[in-house]
Order: sequence, then structure tokens, then C-alpha cells
Amino acid sequence: MRRFFVTAVAAAAVCAFTAPAFAQGAPKGDPGNGKKLFETIGCFECHGYAGQGGGAGPKLINPPPWEAFILQVRTPRQQMPPFTTKVLSDQQAADIYSYIVTFPKPPDPKTIPLLQN
Amino acid sequence: MSKTPNIKRRQFLAGAVAAGPVIGLASASRAIAAETAPAKSAVPGKPQTAGDTQPPKEVQKLVTGSKVGGDFMVDCMKALNIDYVTSCPGSTFRGLQESIINYGMNSKPEFITCIHEEASVAMAHGYAKIAGKPLASMVHGVVGLQHSSMAIYNAFCDQVPAIVLAGNVGQGTARRPGVEWAHSAHDQGIMVRDYTKWDDQANNLQDFAEGLVRAYDLATTAPMGPVLCVIDADQQEEEIEPGRKLFIPKLRQRSHPTGDPNALAEAAKLLAAAENPVIVTGRYTRSEAGPKRLVQLAELLNAAVVDERNRMNMPSRHPLNHSQRGAAMIRQADVILALEPMDLFGTLNNVDDLIGRPSQPKTKAGVKVIVLGTTDTNIKANTAEYERYQAADLGITGDAETSLPWLIQAVEKEMTPARKALADTRGQKLKDAGAKFILTAHEEAAMGWDASPISTARLSAELWNHIKSEDWTMASEVNFLSNWPYRLWSMEKHYNSMGGSVGGGVGYNAPAALGAALANKGTGRVTVSLNGDGDLMMSPGVLWTAAHHQIPILYIVHNNRAWHQEYMHVQRMAQRNERGIDRAHIGTTMDNPNIDFATLAKSMGVYSQGPISNPADVGPAIQRAIAVVKKGEPALIDVVSQPR
Repeated sequence: MRRFFVTAVAAAAVCAFTAPAFAQGAPKGDPGNGKKLFETIGCFECHGYAGQGGGAGPKLINPPPWEAFILQVRTPRQQMPPFTTKVLSDQQAADIYSYIVTFPKPPDPKTIPLLQN
Repeated sequence: MSKTPNIKRRQFLAGAVAAGPVIGLASASRAIAAETAPAKSAVPGKPQTAGDTQPPKEVQKLVTGSKVGGDFMVDCMKALNIDYVTSCPGSTFRGLQESIINYGMNSKPEFITCIHEEASVAMAHGYAKIAGKPLASMVHGVVGLQHSSMAIYNAFCDQVPAIVLAGNVGQGTARRPGVEWAHSAHDQGIMVRDYTKWDDQANNLQDFAEGLVRAYDLATTAPMGPVLCVIDADQQEEEIEPGRKLFIPKLRQRSHPTGDPNALAEAAKLLAAAENPVIVTGRYTRSEAGPKRLVQLAELLNAAVVDERNRMNMPSRHPLNHSQRGAAMIRQADVILALEPMDLFGTLNNVDDLIGRPSQPKTKAGVKVIVLGTTDTNIKANTAEYERYQAADLGITGDAETSLPWLIQAVEKEMTPARKALADTRGQKLKDAGAKFILTAHEEAAMGWDASPISTARLSAELWNHIKSEDWTMASEVNFLSNWPYRLWSMEKHYNSMGGSVGGGVGYNAPAALGAALANKGTGRVTVSLNGDGDLMMSPGVLWTAAHHQIPILYIVHNNRAWHQEYMHVQRMAQRNERGIDRAHIGTTMDNPNIDFATLAKSMGVYSQGPISNPADVGPAIQRAIAVVKKGEPALIDVVSQPR
């Protein structure tokens, strides 16, 4: 089972977070607490500490609008495990959201010599 | 016939044990005499007993006078062109070990000292995948075999040949009292019979010779797999009387099973008539011919290839390699050709890790599935590595790499000009889409480029920068690195990568990579392993083996300080059960204290650097380490990395 989990989650969650960044409408959050939560309740496992994504989950850099974000968090499509209100309050979710919107935009790969070959 | 009595080692040992008390008695009598005699002088007096003046009544043979059984066993290994024996020493094969080093002069086979039997066999696993032939692993009776069993299972799951020789003292009356009984068994094979292709327990040296050659023959014929030969200690140590007739059978030059021509012709008809044929590859490649034949078939059909990367099947940058969007290819396919699939059900279906484990097909209705391979022909009753049964329209039993030229020939006959025109149109679309994969990979690799912990994309790109101009093997499974090497590197040769353990037994990677490096030793090829930290900690002794035998390899430790796969599993359970989601690190992480892999390596004589947390330091560290490896030595870099 262990070897399939990663691929499956990756495939599942990619489509959930492909919308452009759109933070309007999000409740006010505490990015400091958001970072702490991000790194302790498992978000980093699939999405990476830098939100870069990878084989286990999609990128969170340039995240989707809050509405899409919280919908995915509460009732995820496909294989992402759900974060219900019992384990993650709306305020905590907002804190996380306020943190992930701070992930810096990646550099243009054309400016990175190692990504030219 | 020799006139010398044929006294076996066990008889000698029994005699020695019997002689012990006699000597003791003589000493005791001397001591009594010393107590009773007048103390005239400190100088010893004349001998007092017969034991001091006469040889023992029973004449024991103390040395052998001719060739011994172990020597003949070495002859057998030489006849099979076995270059190495990986082994952690054990008394149940002391005879054969001595023969290897003194009779065989430790050359072909050379004794490779391992620290654990699991590493011995895992080295054999990696070696065979790169060398294209097996080495032998020698394990101690019962306990060594049990240590090695995990690696034997991995080799079985991965269909890789490994020759395991397990010591044993078969005759109870010949065993030394104590632990030798615990290291012997009536039927050692039963311990691993569920996941070996064959096992043998020879009754005499001639049996051994024929058993070893048969074992080699079976192990290296598709479907390949590990075999076990139990080697009896008395057979190893017995003298071979001059004139005794022993012979080594010539190994059959056996062809691999090839698909039935009629079935291949039927497959060709389906493929040539398909609108969207897709080729799925698992454990397909066995040799240099593998990728070349696959490219030939794919280009003939202009079919997308979805490479599951259990071997280096399809050049990574070939425009028909659409592994990166494999699920989409599967969904639109009307004919799927699976070559040596490892888990065809998993390829063609989604099984969600949700409550109830729901599954649904990825394929569209009416899809025709053709399976060509030997995967399902050597399954056993107990372990379920054969995966869930997948229906198919055409199942062709035959080694896929061997069968492919016949399939190509059959497809060529079916490719009418009209079909060829359709295929060309399809191919152009696929090639256009395929050309964008590398651009997308570069865009995604840029995300988190300067992050610390260091991203696995950055790590992979830094390594590629230093090996792209070398001849190289990437000897590690990289699904835990988000498959970045497959996305960023140009892999073309059959030895550029070799897939993973398949059995999923963690502790495979470090020794298997070292086995690959052993196969590459002396070729100038650079072997690199992007090695998981958890994996390396299961067999850290391989570092010593690498240093001791000067096996050039670069280990880059993907040090993410956790078993993240398990972390995610526990996290999933915690969220499902809604009772705390911040404690999944308990039992799944390897921090506090952090493991210092560079110091660990250094302690075993391996050049090392790290821990490295600054991404800018990775490239220069790799450059220095590659220079060490190119001198013929092992090196290790500890990189503090992202989970995936």
C-alpha cells in the first residue's frame, strides 16, 4: 500500500489547486500561527515546506481562492484526507491560508542555469 | 584410492573433544604429583605419565592431504563465471570460505565482506540488474538466511536472479554441541520457499554441482528470481579422494520464453488498427536491446509509452514517452499493450485510499488489453506480490524483450499506408505534447528552488549537472523524490536506472546501489544513489563495505529526517478518526537527535560532506564528491531535504 499512496494523492489533488491566486474573501488570518500549523498538522508532507508540491501533492504557491481552498480542505476531492472542523477550526484554516499566500513566486526557470539542460 | 583413513572434520573435532579430558587428567595428575613430591626444585621434573611421553592411542588426522569439497564448490562457481560472493562470515560455510580465499585465491569469485546478510543479498539484487548476471551470496545457516530473507523477497518480487548459498550442518551427529544446532535445519529452504524460484539441499558434492548449475539456469531464465542452495558443512570440508569422479554440468544456453507467433500476430492486428494505442512498460528491459526495441515499436505505431520505471525501459526524453501524463493516456487508449507489467490492475484502475477502498477503472469502455510477459507465471500461493487480477483480451506468455522483434515484424505487416498516415498524425500530436514535458518540469522545479530544507528538484538538478557528461547509473528508486530524476535527466541507456525493490522492503536501496556500483567497478561509469535516510539506517554497514572494497559510488542522502510515507499514513488515520492531527510525527520521525550521516560515513572510512542545508552548497559538494568517486572511492553527501 505504501508505494501507491504518494502517486495517488498527487494525481488526486493536482486538479484541486490549479486556480490562480485570489486571496479576496478570505477571513483574516495569522500567518505566524499558519506557518506553525502548516508544519505540524501534515500540510508540509504532501505540499512541501515551501509549498512547492511534488509527487505527493500539488503546489500551493499561487494558491486558489479562499472558497476553493476551504472547500478542498473540508471536503477534499479524491484522496486528500479531510480536515474537519473538529480537528481544524475555520480560524486555523484561515491562518494557514494567510501563510501560504506568502509563499514567494518562483523564479523564471529561464534564469536558472541548471534548468537549461 | 588413498590409504589414508578418510577422517572427517567432525570426527576430528569429536576426537579433539575426547582428547581434552585426557590432557586434563594428565595435568591433574601432574598437579597431584607436585603437591605430594618433595619440593626440591622449581625446575620441572621428569614426565610422569604416559600422556606426556606417548602419542594418543587413537590416531587422528590433523590435516587434509588433497582437494576438499569447498575447492570443488569454487570450481563450480568459476565454471558459472560468478565474479563475486557477497557474505557476512558464518561457521556453517567456513570450509567454502577458506576454499574461496586460498584455493580460488579470492578471485572470480572474490569475497565481498558485508556487515549484514540482508545487505549481501540486496547487493546481489542491484548487481544483477546492472551486470546482467548474478553473483552469489553466502549466508550462515538459519540465522543468516533469516537475515537475508527480506532481500530475497525483494529479489523475488522484482524478478531478479540471486544465488543464495546457505550453510548447514546436515547430520545431527556431526554437529558441535550448542549453537551449531541452532544454525542447522532439516529443511532450510522452507524458510524462503514462498519467495524463491527453486531451492536445493545437496546430499553430496555431485548433487551440489548439478544443483548449483540448475539453480543458476533457473534463476537467469525469465521469469527470473532468487534461488537457494543449501551447502552442507561436511561436504565443504570433506577430502576428495584422488580418483573420485566429480563433474560440473555445462550450463544450458537457454533462450527465454517467447510469445506464441499466432498470438503476437493477433496483438499486431489490434495495435495497428487502434486509434490510440498505448504501451505500458514495467519490468520490461533486461539488456541493451530493451529500450531500442521499445523505441522501434513505439515509433512504428506512433504510440504513447507509459513507463512505470521498474527498469530503464524508454528514453526519458523521447517525445513518445508520456509517462508524465500516464493516467490521461490510459483513459483515452482504445488498445493497451502491457509489457511485463508489475501491477496492471493498479495501472488501469484507481483505488482510492478512502474508507472502503473504492476503485473504478481509468480505462474507457471497450478498451482492448494485451499483456505480454512472464510476470504471472511464477507466482506462489502465499505472498501476494502478484497484485490484483486484471482481465485482458489477450495474454501472451513470453519474455517481452525477447518477443518484441517478432511483434514488431507482425505490426509492420499490418501497417497499411492508410494506417501509417493515421499513425503519423497521431505521432505528431504526441511529439508536440511531449516536447513540452521538459519545459513544465523546469517550471515546477523552480518552485522552492532556494528553499531550505533543500527541494528534491534542486537536488536532482544539481546532481544532473555533474553527471550529464559522464557515463552513469542512477541506482536508487526515486519515487520518494517526486521522480525528479526521470523528469529532469536524459536517460537513454539501459543501465542509466534500474527501478526499485518492488517488494518494498526498506533497506534495499543502499546495498542494491552498492551492488550496482560493484557491477560498474572498473568500467569508468559513475554510480549515484539518491538514498533515503531511513533506508540507509537499515543497512549503514554498506558504507564500510564500500570503503573496504574500494567500490566507487556517490551516496547522496535524501535526509528528510522521517519515514514520510508512514507519517502520511498516520496523518490520514488521525484525520479520518478526528482525534488530534498534530501527533503523527510520533514514531515516524528520525530527529532529536538528528542523524549525522557525514560523521557516520567518515567513521567507516568513506569521504563525506554535510549536513548541507544551504542549496547553494550542494553543487560544489557534488563536484568534490564526484572527483573522489572518479578516483575509485566511495563518497557520501548528507543533504537536509524536503520530504518529497
